[in-house]
This record gives sequence, structure tokens and C-alpha cells, in this order.
Amino acid sequence: MKKQIHFKEVENDGLGFYGLLGVLGFFVLVGLGAAWYMEHNGHQVTGMNNQVIWGTPHVFAVFLIVAASGALNVASVSSVFGKLAYKPLARLSGLLAIALLVGGLAILVLDLGRPDRLIVAMTYYNFKSIFAWNIFLYTGFMAIVAVYLWMMMERRMNRLTAPVGFVAFLWRLLLTTGTGSIFGFLVARQAYDEAIMAPMFVIMSFSFGLAIFILVLLAAYRWTGRPLGEAVLYRLKNLLGVFVASVLYFTLVYHLTNLYITEHHGFERFLLLDGGIYTTLFWVGQVLLGSLVPLAMLYHPTLGKSRAAIGWASALVILGGMAQMYVIIIGGQAYPMTMFPGMEVSSSFFDGVVANYAPSLPEVLLGLGGVAIALAMVVVAVKVLAFLPESLDNSLVDPHFKSEAAIEKAA
Amino acid sequence: MSREQDTDKSRRRFLGGAAGTVAAATLAPGVVLHQLGQAKPADQPVSSQQRWGMLIDTSKCANGCEACVDACAKEYGWKPVTAETSERERAIDAQWIRKVNLRNRETGYSHSLPMMCQHCETAPCVDVCPTGASFRRADGIVLVDKHICIGCRYCMMACPYKARSFIHEPLHDQLAVAPRGKGTVESCTLCVQRIDQKGANAIPACAEACAAEGHDAFIFGDLNDSESALSQALRKHGSTKIRADLNLNQGITYRGIEG
Repeated sequence: MKKQIHFKEVENDGLGFYGLLGVLGFFVLVGLGAAWYMEHNGHQVTGMNNQVIWGTPHVFAVFLIVAASGALNVASVSSVFGKLAYKPLARLSGLLAIALLVGGLAILVLDLGRPDRLIVAMTYYNFKSIFAWNIFLYTGFMAIVAVYLWMMMERRMNRLTAPVGFVAFLWRLLLTTGTGSIFGFLVARQAYDEAIMAPMFVIMSFSFGLAIFILVLLAAYRWTGRPLGEAVLYRLKNLLGVFVASVLYFTLVYHLTNLYITEHHGFERFLLLDGGIYTTLFWVGQVLLGSLVPLAMLYHPTLGKSRAAIGWASALVILGGMAQMYVIIIGGQAYPMTMFPGMEVSSSFFDGVVANYAPSLPEVLLGLGGVAIALAMVVVAVKVLAFLPESLDNSLVDPHFKSEAAIEKAA
Repeated sequence: MSREQDTDKSRRRFLGGAAGTVAAATLAPGVVLHQLGQAKPADQPVSSQQRWGMLIDTSKCANGCEACVDACAKEYGWKPVTAETSERERAIDAQWIRKVNLRNRETGYSHSLPMMCQHCETAPCVDVCPTGASFRRADGIVLVDKHICIGCRYCMMACPYKARSFIHEPLHDQLAVAPRGKGTVESCTLCVQRIDQKGANAIPACAEACAAEGHDAFIFGDLNDSESALSQALRKHGSTKIRADLNLNQGITYRGIEG
């Protein structure tokens, strides 16, 4: 008889646990302080200006929001696609999804010019705006995933896990489509006016969400001393490889299409060749370190089996993802809008020139604060409720899984 | 005694006549202007009977002249860019209107034009605003409702003309005619308060200053009135809209920007 997976609250009670919470709490406080500083003095204290309107906070926020919907994938794979091996991970998946979304939204709200008017944003709606729809998609997602978690964690409700999981899966696809459409619906800028933005964001969410999930899983099981078998880990790392390759494919299609469109050549040349920091972040950050190197590591016959390598590959995917967001969001704004084709343009308002932008400390601290909010929520939640299985040993997850050690022993 | 009565009567007649003339002289222009300008009472809602727009003739726009920019800045209390403005200030200070200098790469032909909110009929900034703060009035003017703007800057991302500015610092000594505030977004209002007072007889500050300089590059008027000076000029000479391929049907059109 297959042994049952038993979920248990984290028991760590010592310096390690409270130290971690303390560090996260510190970053949360500093992030809140940065938000207050920005609000009180105005955005003049940041690097953002009238040309590069959305800056580093938005890079962090959009990354977290995109990753949030992707983090739910693991749960969806078990509930919707019936892969039972992923079932023990579903609770952590739902928790991480909510936490990352809260972190991302916190950054967005705190960066608003008038964060005190959040109640206005919740009561006045222009339903032609994808932003207005996103307010419902984001809050609805949190509610649905909360219900999903309840279905998973309360025995009597377990029979409803699959249907609620299905709704959650559809909702998260809509949510990420909405996030990508924030950019895809903009006719004004060459970098954005593309239908591919929405599905590209969906694929990015798969990749970033899973990378964060793997890192959190590795850290959680290492620091609690609970066993984490290869049956779980190898499945996840292979899946991550597929997602990273898919993002690379969408990036290829996006740029190939743009290269075919003569009108967009200026922007493509900027991004791929002479954009300075943006070109570097694209080729070295996104393509090399964020996609090709992790792919090589994850599928390498020896490296791909090493936990350290899997962890590093996931970290590289995350860094590459941040680079991709920076290139999309900031690079897309830095390139001047073409109002007068064929003309050299100049003005007092930086028409016709690449805009200047450099991340400022308050922006970075606000972004890190959002990350800290998300991680702190996870740390508190796993201590208070039974999100993590006591053991994810191979025998529990997949009794048929043959680890390297077992194969060697048999030989 | 009869001589006193004669004198009294003529004085009275004179005073009565004078009072009547003054009253008529005071009221008549208002009545005439009201008819001509269709200036509406303050509590009457704006209608789509009028659609306000401008035609800017760039051949009359003088290189190096910033009269329109200075006039708008003075009217609304924002700081125009000067030689003393730092790079950072130039990047974050509001600019409701700016002069854009153009030079054809192939032929070398160069000219300049003033650039401001184009007051599009299907404005992207109105489409994307989550709260509806960015809105288009029935008479075609695109504005920001400062009560409900949350400062998300999505409209600035969406505007194809970079017409909007975000207030990056606390403001002091604001003018009553234009409420501005740290953390909200603003742009050219087509001098909406002048239009609300004087209708078709209004003239935006930029157009007024250009005329005062003797360049007369701007024609302001009602696009829905086929006999307005604006409509006549549009009918007679061609006009172009900037980024016309976006099909936004702006209220601001230009002559001479073929390049």
C-alpha cells in the first residue's frame, strides 16, 4: 500500500526561522519607507520621468504578478491535468501564487502618484481599460485561489478540488493575458503594439513561476530538514526546461516579426544592436544567462541531476526574467516614438532621442520590499498552517521512481 | 415758474435718454455675443453640437519662436524650459506644449511646429484610464479629472504624442484656473475655461500669443460649424493629422508637415 503524504506545519522555532523573518521584515519596512519617501517628496526622487514613465518598481511588480499566476501551475497540473505526482505540491503552489501577487500589487499601489486614492480605483471604473479589468482579475484570483486552497486543505471539500482548480486555471490564464495586454493594447509604441504580448506573458509566467517555486521548495525543505526526493525535483526541473525553451521561442517570434516590419526596424536595431544597457540585458541577461545557460544546466546528464545546479539554474531563470521585464518595460519606453517618419526630430521634451533612465535607490528598495512581502507571507503561512508535506521522499511521491543510487545498487 | 418746469423736463429727458442709452449699450453686446458665440450658462451641460479644434500652419511657425509655449506656461503656472533649466528638470517638469524641430534626413528641409494634446476623438488615453479620470468632453476636449486621477500614468504610456506630463514634485502658488497636484497627470486643456466663457469667440492662449507675435499660425474654432474660419480654412487648404495612420481623428490638424 502506498504510504500517505502527511502535511504538517513547519516546526522550526529557532534563530534561523526568526532570523529569516527578521531579514524579510527589515526589507518590508525599508520598502515601505521608500514608498513613503516617494509619495511625500513626489516622484522627483526617483529615476522615473516624463519619458520613462514606468521604472524599476514596475519591473519588479509585473515580474511578481506574472510569476504569481505561473506559480499556480504546479497545482493546476495536478488538479486539472491529473498528474498525481504533483498533488503534494499543490498547497504550496496556491500559497506562493497568492503571496507573489500580493507582493506585486503592493509595489504597484505604493508607486501610484496618489496611493491615497486606492479607494477611488476600487469604486470608479472605466471598463474599456484593461487596468480596470485587471483590478477584478487580480482580486478575483486571490479569492479563487483561497477557495482552492480551502478545497485542498479541508478533507470534506476534497472532491471539489478538481472543479475549483479548473476555474483557477482558467482565471490565471485570463489574468496573465490581461497583464500582457497592458502592453499589447498600446498603439503608441513600437515595442508594444503586438498581439503576441499576451500569450508571451502567459508563457513567461509558466517559466518564472516555476523557477521561483523550485527555489522556494529547495530552500524550505533544506531549512526544515525535511526530505525532498528526486522524483519531485526532476519532474519540476524538466518542466522548467520546457518552459524556458518556450519563452525563447516566443521571443524569437516577436523579434522575427518585428524584423520583417520595416516600420519597426528602428526599434529592433536599438534593442538588438545599439541600445547600450538594453542590448546587453537582452543578449547577456535574457538570452544567455536567463535561457541558454539554464537550459544547458537543466538538461545536462550530470549537472541536471545536481540540486545545486537545479537551484542555480532556477535563480538564473529568475534573473533572466527580470532582465526581460526591464528590456520590455523600460527599453520599450526609452526608444522614442516615431511621430514624424523619416525626419530628425528634436524638442525640449526629448522627442526623437533615446530617453535617459537609471534605477534609483527608492525604486529598487520598493521593489525589494514587494519581494519581501511575498516571501514573508510564505514563511509565516507554512509555520501557521499545514502547507508543506512532512516528507517528499521518492517512496511517497512516486514509488516507481528509480533514483541513481537505487539503479547503482541494483547493478 | 414755467421756465423752471421747462428746464426740469429737458434735464429729465436728457437723463432718461442717457440712462436708456447706457443700458442698451451695456446689454446689447452681451446679447449679440451670446447669439454669435452660443456661450452657454455655467450650469448647462456641454453638448456635441460643437467640436473644438485648431489648424496650425507650420509654414507660419517661426523657428526659435516660443511664444505659444510661454503663453501657455504663464496662463497655467507651469515652468517653460529655458537655457537655465537643468537636464533633470527638463525631464520631469510638466510641458503642456512644446516646439518640435523637424529636419528631413534625405532632403534637409527643416521646419518647426507646436505640439500639444491632439484632443483625439478616439483617444487612447481615455481608453486606458482605469478610473475614467482621463475623459473626452462632448465638445471634443480631452481632459483629466483631478479628483479621480490616481497617478498610475497609464495614459502617458498610451498617448501617441507624448502629450501628458506627470507632476513629480509638490507644487506651490497654483493658479485658480488650473488645479494641478503632485502625483496626478495633466496636459493641454485647449483653454477650456476660455471656451466655456466665450464659446467660438474664445481663443486659446497659444493661438492668442502667436497672433500677437504676428505669425498667425493657429486658427481655432468649431469643426462642426461649416462656416467657421477653421472649417473654411480646412476646406480651402489641405490638412494633415500627425500619426494619421492611427485613425484617432484628432481635433488638432496641421498644414505643411509633409516634410
